Amino acid sequence: MSEISMVVNGRSVSATVEDRTLLVHFLREHLGLTGTHVGCDTSQCGACVVHLDGKAVKSCSMLAAQASGSEVTTIEGLADGADLHPVQAAFREHHGLQCGFCTPGMIMAASDMIRRHPDGLDEKTVRAELEGNICRCTGYHNIVKAVLAASKSMAKGKGGKAKKAA
Amino acid sequence: MAMEGIGARVARKEDKRFITGSGSYVDDMVVPGMKHSAFVRSPHAHADIKKIDTKAAEKMPGVIAVLTGKQLKSDGIGNLICGWMVHSKDGSPMNMGAWSPLAVDRARYVGDAVAIVVAETKGQARDAAEAVEVAYKEKKSVTDAVAALKKGAPQLHPEAAGNLIYDWEIGEAAAVDKAIASAAHVTTMRIVNNRLVPNAMEPRAALGHYDRAEDHHTLWTTSQNPHVARVVMSAFYNVAPENKLRVIAPDVGGGFGSKIFIYPEEIVCLWASRRTGVPVKWVADRTESFMCDAHGRDHVSEVQLAFDQNNRMTALKVDTVANFGAYMSLFSSAVPTYLYATLLSGQYAIPQIHCNVRAVYTNTAPVDAYRGAGRPEATYVVERVVETAARELGVSPAELRRRNFITSFPHQTPVIMNYDAGDYAASLDAAMKAADYAGFEKRRDKAKKAGKLRGIGMSCYIEACGIAPSSAVGSLGAGVGLWESAEVRVNMAGTIEVLTGSHSHGQGHETTFAQLVSQRLGLPLDQISIVHGDTDKVQMGMGTYGSRSGAVGMSAIAKALDKVEVKAKKLAAHLMEADEGDIVIENGELKVAGTDKTVPWSQLALAAYAAHNLPEGMEPGLKEGAFYDPTNFTFPAGCYICEVEVDPETGRTEIVQFVAADDFGNIINPMIVEGQVHGGLAQGIGQAMLEGTHYDAESGQLITASYMDYCMPRADDLPSFQVSTSNTPCPGNPLGIKGCGEAGAIGSPPAVMNAITDAIGDNDLTMPATPQKVWAALKAATRH
Repeated sequence: MSEISMVVNGRSVSATVEDRTLLVHFLREHLGLTGTHVGCDTSQCGACVVHLDGKAVKSCSMLAAQASGSEVTTIEGLADGADLHPVQAAFREHHGLQCGFCTPGMIMAASDMIRRHPDGLDEKTVRAELEGNICRCTGYHNIVKAVLAASKSMAKGKGGKAKKAA
Repeated sequence: MAMEGIGARVARKEDKRFITGSGSYVDDMVVPGMKHSAFVRSPHAHADIKKIDTKAAEKMPGVIAVLTGKQLKSDGIGNLICGWMVHSKDGSPMNMGAWSPLAVDRARYVGDAVAIVVAETKGQARDAAEAVEVAYKEKKSVTDAVAALKKGAPQLHPEAAGNLIYDWEIGEAAAVDKAIASAAHVTTMRIVNNRLVPNAMEPRAALGHYDRAEDHHTLWTTSQNPHVARVVMSAFYNVAPENKLRVIAPDVGGGFGSKIFIYPEEIVCLWASRRTGVPVKWVADRTESFMCDAHGRDHVSEVQLAFDQNNRMTALKVDTVANFGAYMSLFSSAVPTYLYATLLSGQYAIPQIHCNVRAVYTNTAPVDAYRGAGRPEATYVVERVVETAARELGVSPAELRRRNFITSFPHQTPVIMNYDAGDYAASLDAAMKAADYAGFEKRRDKAKKAGKLRGIGMSCYIEACGIAPSSAVGSLGAGVGLWESAEVRVNMAGTIEVLTGSHSHGQGHETTFAQLVSQRLGLPLDQISIVHGDTDKVQMGMGTYGSRSGAVGMSAIAKALDKVEVKAKKLAAHLMEADEGDIVIENGELKVAGTDKTVPWSQLALAAYAAHNLPEGMEPGLKEGAFYDPTNFTFPAGCYICEVEVDPETGRTEIVQFVAADDFGNIINPMIVEGQVHGGLAQGIGQAMLEGTHYDAESGQLITASYMDYCMPRADDLPSFQVSTSNTPCPGNPLGIKGCGEAGAIGSPPAVMNAITDAIGDNDLTMPATPQKVWAALKAATRH
């Protein structure tokens, strides 16, 4: 068993878990944060993407114990209270989701992508960057649109939400 | 108010929970005392089960029970069935082999469930599943359907001699042969439709909960049709009587057909819960999804298309072998027959069509409906052979199609279908214009100078949606009716709940269905809630598949709304002392036309329930239900054009543009319709270029059982799409809707393959046209 402690969505948590517990299972089963999904078992689909110390990671590909001492943000912690994060808002506005299953991972990956490209994004880059997130519903068309729109709106509001998302 | 009604591009009501991580999928469900499970599955494609030793597993930490097929049978749980009877051309009923939810004597494909382990944690269940000792005696297997028909092939089921499930035909064989014999030109092809794995992003899951005190069963399941699950599990599998069984399909993460069917796992979870006294949850991992979800397609067809001297089609002859896998899944028999052969007329006036279909058992996962279900296979046959004919005849593929289009409606095809409305030339023109078809040769020349091979291909598809009417499908062998039900419940203060038997797993019903109500009553969307996916809340339903929820599900709501309006108007007339015929409903008010007399909707609702002052004989309350049974299928159609550029050095194909021009009839929410098309296109392009399911011919092992081996379309594999719609309203339902859920997946594969084969000049290329295959085809051509 492993003793672990971390900050998840701004809240300190600690627990004793089986050594083999993956971060995603810790989030879902121990903390009840079921917004982070499991869509595969080979770290291909990206439904489980969360932010670990500000960077996007696939929470199925690391042990909970490895995340001990870190700060984790999940989809549940992305919005600022009732105010949606610009990426969340853009996904809704541009119909970047259908069944919603890949959506949390998409949004977490996209917000990290935008953070890493402060000078803006183009379609080709967005498509290449989304290589690690699979969606079966949307054909990516509207996801790409949403990410580009969010990137623009966050660039405009720089110093505000964009900074906070990082 | 019109801003939220029919035709408005309204953002989805359901999105809020999905973008904040607040959706409720089956794997998110936790009930007190819940335990976890893992299935023991056959590692062999074909083997006799000699003995199952569970002793070691039972002693493992956390294990509550290890249950096998023998116990399942002794508790009287029935075999899985196919619910659509198809007869062979000799009149004999289809040869359905037995499918036990847990294999008892023999395993017939890799992944066939043999036992279930229930334990405290998922990890413990999996550890113990590894410790269940099954003594198998391996048998020879066969995974290819054509090979399975050959003499001496391994036999799967005693009920199906020669592995043949049925040998079915439609159309007049002699007339077709005669037309082919006297044709001016006959194009002959062998067309293979590759096997696909649906791959909804949410893996299937089930949570069975038996309440001993109430003798009541609850099943949370990843289903597109919880009511169908309930009746099938009750009437055929003997899991529980309907009045003791509640099925809940909460948020479901995509289906694409694969979540229509009733699978062994949900039956076993519910039974295991009753047997062990604890709630039992199972969640598939992705490899299990690959192995055990029903696959799609897998046809091999010999095709002949005959023309007269004026390039008019005179006959089409198709001989298809359809791979059904190891067992007959719920709707499997209908897919290559009534959903396939009946669409072989395409958009064309073809006087004679004959199709023969042999359905075959093999040692592979069961095959059933996957997005399009039979119609993609039909469209692929028709649109590949038409394009090939144009090349052979040396005429424009667009003009050959145009010359043969059906132009007057209704049109009776030789294969059952009666097309009700359409304008195929309009879609063709729109697509050619959007794609700048006329300018293609210039673009081809330019690409050539850059060392690239450009090709263009089109596909003019037709499909049949909203499968109906019940009496017709019943006469063709369906075990159920294909109506839909709805209830419109006006609450006391005027808000509205619509209970629907349709199920949303990405389609956005909570928005589009509410838009219909908003349009009719002039109420804002936030006062309208859509309730679905729970057999305790919604009395009856047939679920969502075959692009039926708009045409059939919403029509049922429209009928219920009619009844609500009649009663509301009657009451309003009484309250305002006016004539019923003068009452109009607008902007959330009931008005006496031509006067300033009004009653707000909320006040009317309250009056209906307060019942202090009702017209004589009127019952209190304001809620109405309706069943809607369509009069015909609907016939969405359109034209897709794909332009590709192939790098001859690597064989890599890039889609440089993809144009979709669809006729879906009336549209409720264009944003959602476009999204459905985008998604369908991605799946069709995936089939054409990336996705292929491979079983090892010798061992029967599934080689493509993970996302590392099965190529799912990623964002960087696809272009942005140019989509547009035209509209010939469907005359067959009150809303004029045709359906849009499957078109993209139906129309796109032939467009892509026509484009790639045009680019490389090799028409024998098969799907998926991977870089390796394209490169090899180009190399072979240069060697000749």
